[in-house]
Amino acid sequence: MLLEIKTSATSTAVDYFPIVIQFVFAAGFVATTMFVTHILGPHLKTKKKLKAFESGIKSVGNARQPFAIKYFLTAILFVLFDVEVIFLYPWAVNFLDLGMGGIITMGLFMVLLLIGFFYIIKSGALDWE
Amino acid sequence: MLTSAFYFIAFVTVFFAVMVIAAKNPVHSVLYLVLTFFGISANYIFILDAPFVGIVNIIVYAGAIMVLFLFVIMLMNLNAEAEHRKSNAFLIVGAFAGGSLLLIVVDAIRKVDWKSVSGQESSGGAIGSIKVLGKVLYTDYILPFEVASVLFLVAIVGAVILARKEKLPLTVGQISHPVSES
Amino acid sequence: MVTLAQVLPAIILIVVIFALTMLVALYSTFAERKVAAFIQDRVGPNRAGPGGIFQPLADGVKFFMKEEVIPVLSNKFLFILGPSIAITASLMTGVVVPWGPDITLFGKTYPLQIVDIEIGILYVFAVVSVGIYGIMIGGWASNNKFSLMGAIRASSQVISYELSMGLAIIALIMVTGTLSLREIVEQQHGWHWNILYQPVGFILFLVCAFAEANRTPFDLPECETELVGGYHTEYSSMKLGFYLFAEYINMFISSAIMSTLYFGGYNYPGMDAVNEFVGPVIGPLIGFAVLFAKTCFFIFFFMWVRWTIPRFRYDQLMNLGWKGLIPLGILNLIATGAAVLYFK
Repeated sequence: MLLEIKTSATSTAVDYFPIVIQFVFAAGFVATTMFVTHILGPHLKTKKKLKAFESGIKSVGNARQPFAIKYFLTAILFVLFDVEVIFLYPWAVNFLDLGMGGIITMGLFMVLLLIGFFYIIKSGALDWE
Repeated sequence: MLTSAFYFIAFVTVFFAVMVIAAKNPVHSVLYLVLTFFGISANYIFILDAPFVGIVNIIVYAGAIMVLFLFVIMLMNLNAEAEHRKSNAFLIVGAFAGGSLLLIVVDAIRKVDWKSVSGQESSGGAIGSIKVLGKVLYTDYILPFEVASVLFLVAIVGAVILARKEKLPLTVGQISHPVSES
Repeated sequence: MVTLAQVLPAIILIVVIFALTMLVALYSTFAERKVAAFIQDRVGPNRAGPGGIFQPLADGVKFFMKEEVIPVLSNKFLFILGPSIAITASLMTGVVVPWGPDITLFGKTYPLQIVDIEIGILYVFAVVSVGIYGIMIGGWASNNKFSLMGAIRASSQVISYELSMGLAIIALIMVTGTLSLREIVEQQHGWHWNILYQPVGFILFLVCAFAEANRTPFDLPECETELVGGYHTEYSSMKLGFYLFAEYINMFISSAIMSTLYFGGYNYPGMDAVNEFVGPVIGPLIGFAVLFAKTCFFIFFFMWVRWTIPRFRYDQLMNLGWKGLIPLGILNLIATGAAVLYFK
């Protein structure tokens, strides 16, 4: 019953289908090339060669270590702003059709966004030292 | 044709979703979750004729939120020896929470009036187009949209406060433990 | 039901574009070395073939024949997956670029674009945002501190600049009213190029394109002076080749997209007269050549900048992204809105 909803969906499916072909093609190329290099290259493994290269200095521990929380904060703020930017797309496409109402709606949205943005700048959350 | 395509996409999606919890390595789990989102997007694009929603699903979930997840996993100590067993209490609480969610979802699906859902679709292929979506969102659903923007503001402030470095009074030679502020 | 006849033109075009992309990527490496040599007053590679013209082929063979080293401490599966994701993602973006006007062959008209979708630009964004996994996973799986730092820097940088890029695009959409690359190109018929309406937006987009492609001055992720080789320190053989190739393919595609969005794509002044003169087969090919020439110019521009401007420091990079480009993008958005309303 659910699937009887769309009857003309095949048109979109046809539109987007070449993307699937392209993906199969690209993935096939990557897999083949990986396999061929694996066959062709020499295999002379020594213990030192297989160690992590850290400029010749004996490495201490491994790289599974925590890093600065700053990067993490950047990622969170990116998620939030990314969603806000996404909201702008349907608005920008209809910019002229929506008229004054659309501008007021988005103006309010932008004001809130900017309050958040100024808070981030003022609080020094994005200051790298 | 459409039905079999749906079942194929749905099967693949559910398979990846199961792999998310079955995978031992947390990074593998994240990657399976990304594939799950791809499956959901494929469903939007190929079956439900809503390409904008499908692409946004990839940008926001696969491209942004999963990057955040990956950061969190990399931020944790992932050495094998650092891993400790979870007690059974966690298992029971988790099963209870998951079971409750399942009950709610099943109940919600049961109550949907499928007849009226399928009746709504008549505007051809345009229903999922970005133009139509924008018009509806910015005329009929202005209030939820603005409420969402307030929610974003709250989230921004919350994130900044959580990640803020606590300035501790530290005297020389003293090892202080971070004090959790309430 | 999708039939073979429906997708056959697309398949042929995919193969042609794939071959073209590979060729451009191969010869970009050569061009890069020649441009660097020219700027630094050297000769550059000149041994393989006349003027060193076969150098990229020799490099390609070398990538195949070298030993692949997978460090013992690394996560083997993810280590292989990283470069695979990077190159697959970079190959996926080309499908939405309109390479030329419709071409008429054997009495039938075919578009010189693999898919014409309503949300073309968003598709590019989606692929770019997924491509970041290639670097993150590869850098993390290497289990090398330098790789890890390179990977984290790269992902933070790419996500930060994605925001300003989005703002630049939104201002453009307010002018064009569509997300389809096809329609955006058609609107720029002749000399009505978007650069005339969106100069600030173009500069924003250009800076972000540099950062997204990890090119100098934004190549902090592979900054040799601090991080050895950055996220691909541990990579060798074709896996390293894939990372390098992905960078050049990204450069090619982003140049093509920049030409399409802001510089009229395959349009050029006086194209109608030329098309009437040469007919419906040669005309589109000239259009394609025009787009290709614009793209090559931008590729050259990428290289020119790389060998001219020194690298940023990481805090400068993040400050530019968050405190410089995002406010500029929002101002550009407001100015564009006012201008569109005034001139409509």
